[in-house]
Amino acid sequence: MKYYRAHVLICSGSNCAIKGCRSVKQACEQEIIRHGLQGEVQVVDTGCLGLCDQGPALVVYPEGVMYGRLTPSDVLEIVSEHLLKGRLVHRLMQQPTGPAGEVSPLSMTPFFQKQKRVVLKNCGLIDPERIEDYVRAGGYTALATALDVMTPESVIAEITQSGLRGRGGAGFPTGRKWEYTRVAAGQQKYVICNADEGEPGTFKDRLILEGDPHLIVEGMALAGYAIGATRGIVYIRGEYELSIHRMEQAIRQARENGLLGEGILSSAFSFDLEVCAGAGAYVCGEETALIESIEGNRGEPRFKPPYPVEKGLWGQPTSVNNVETLANVPSIIEQGALWYRSLGTPSSPGTKVFTLTGNIVNSGLIEVPMGITLREVIYEIGGGIPEGKQFKMAQTGGTSGGCLAAAHLDIPMDYDSLQSHGSSLGSGALLIMDDTHCIVDLTRCFLKFFVHESCGQCTPCREGAPALYHLLGKVSAGAGGHADIQLINRLSRTMQSSSLCALGQTAPVPVLSALQHFWPEIEAHLNGRCPANKCVMGKAAGKIAN
Amino acid sequence: MKSLQELKAMRERMGESKGIRTSASPTKITVAMGTCGIAAGARSVLLAIMGELAETGLRDTAVTQTGCLGICEREPLVEVVHQGHTTLYAYVNAERARQIVRDLLSTAEKEEK
Ligand SMILES: Cc1cc2nc3c(=O)[nH]c(=O)nc-3n(C[C@H](O)[C@H](O)[C@H](O)COP(=O)(O)O)c2cc1C
Ligand code: SF4
Ligand code: FES
Ligand code: FES
Repeated sequence: MKYYRAHVLICSGSNCAIKGCRSVKQACEQEIIRHGLQGEVQVVDTGCLGLCDQGPALVVYPEGVMYGRLTPSDVLEIVSEHLLKGRLVHRLMQQPTGPAGEVSPLSMTPFFQKQKRVVLKNCGLIDPERIEDYVRAGGYTALATALDVMTPESVIAEITQSGLRGRGGAGFPTGRKWEYTRVAAGQQKYVICNADEGEPGTFKDRLILEGDPHLIVEGMALAGYAIGATRGIVYIRGEYELSIHRMEQAIRQARENGLLGEGILSSAFSFDLEVCAGAGAYVCGEETALIESIEGNRGEPRFKPPYPVEKGLWGQPTSVNNVETLANVPSIIEQGALWYRSLGTPSSPGTKVFTLTGNIVNSGLIEVPMGITLREVIYEIGGGIPEGKQFKMAQTGGTSGGCLAAAHLDIPMDYDSLQSHGSSLGSGALLIMDDTHCIVDLTRCFLKFFVHESCGQCTPCREGAPALYHLLGKVSAGAGGHADIQLINRLSRTMQSSSLCALGQTAPVPVLSALQHFWPEIEAHLNGRCPANKCVMGKAAGKIAN
Repeated sequence: MKSLQELKAMRERMGESKGIRTSASPTKITVAMGTCGIAAGARSVLLAIMGELAETGLRDTAVTQTGCLGICEREPLVEVVHQGHTTLYAYVNAERARQIVRDLLSTAEKEEK
């Protein structure tokens, strides 16, 4: 095999693509050829490196030096200095050097030190377009092991013991979901990977699919083996062109190598996958709306029960699992439930992938053990709040998550403790806001999203969301009173208890948590004052509110 | 063990990983590539090392370059760090470079036993 003395791993993830990583790669390749280094240095497209904010970015191995915020002309310098002469280009480096100019390994930098990579183990290290890279990194070992030495029941038992819970929002135990699907009566069972990811500020599933698509192929094949399904569908948000492309390519490569199709790896197990492009509404991420959409209908949630595990796609038992959930499965099968339980907390084992956005120095993609505190994530990994401003609010779990205040910086982030503080782990979105923002204004923005995305099928959500939005507008304009707050509370409770699906049920969460955790600021609005000076009060505002 | 065997065969067909996409390779060969090094033929030394690595299939070895080490009169210089021991070779040419890699390989083989 050919030996390359250096590997240049260029992130080709979507966050870097919008910043021009393709022209950076092109410049890099051209310059390498110009210096005659093409036989020595390999340029590889890879998945997200995590520090999306600093993209376009690349890492040069073996030194493990990360360069960021690159333009094509920066790359000329990297090639002629670093790759040709071995001299680091300090002005572009994203990590500190020691006293003797030695590079501290990327894994030791504040951004990576507290991270633990299970789901993202290959992301940023392999070429996601080459099955060879995945297999060489140990890929498909879990599937082969399961086919050789495990029964479907023992795969389910291992997942159950690991305590893996769904990463799509609800946190339902994955082992139990598989068990229900396995025992349900049906001719043709299905595995569906939910990659609809409509949550604003969430892009983890996209970057997992872009960075390591074979991991999902393997996770789905294991799910299929466990529940007795021979078919699987990857439902990917329509706008995620690169994810769709890479997933389709991975499926083709897996088929060509006998890892999908009839008699996988010479076993008796047959399983195949197809990609379905999403229909473009947030609600299509809800599992029953997703199924409706695959069946060619309008993406409207179904009444539950029956749950998809009993009657899902085409009325057959179906397990719908989130991308990140499935991405955990191969590691659990390979390294065991006990190992998995050694990470995270007893009620929420393992790791969680978060997308850090908002007023934070290092925005990007991170994976941390469950139970880490918000403070560690924001100040150690995230590098703190930029421009010397103060932390004000963190919204965990996406638009339908709760607003947490500075008093919550030290609570452990896992399913249960977040829930007990009126929020959720949700989709893994972490929106950080500094003290220049107003809580009323923010919650109003969140509500606007639900007004737009409500499918309109049931009254509490269709009518409730706009009514809440309107009431918040009134408060924001300084025209609200205590009666309006009471109405907000009552309306919220009605939506929570009587909406058909979780969209309407959770839409009031940000408002309710804001009322709970930021009451003094909201009360100030009732007295005609916006402490953050964001809301336009008085007559001028009256027009906006109505 | 049918499936695992088939996967193993597939992995062999696809080629073993050289394991250099980590900054923690146990063995590191550094070629001094300052101006003086390049003038003294450091590039042909570098290419010879890489050629020999490819031929012998020595694993977990990283090849890097560095600038001038301050002993220009003895260039080309090659530094080998293996299991924590550092050896500095002076006046290296392509042939000696290949020998360095072969020596490393036999050391590594002895260690495996
Ligand atoms: C409005 C709405 C949107 C949702 N969007 C997603 C999504 O984009 N991705 C996802 O995995 N789950 C989403 N869910 C949750 C799914 O209904 C389902 O619980 C999940 O896919 C199950 O997978 P898990 O058990 O692995 O978490 C959404 C739910 C609702 C109510
Ligand atoms: S709660 Fe909202 S999104 Fe869900 S079914 Fe009702 S109207 Fe549609
Ligand atoms: S997408 Fe490039 S670093 Fe995240
Ligand atoms: S939706 Fe008709 S009574 Fe509530």
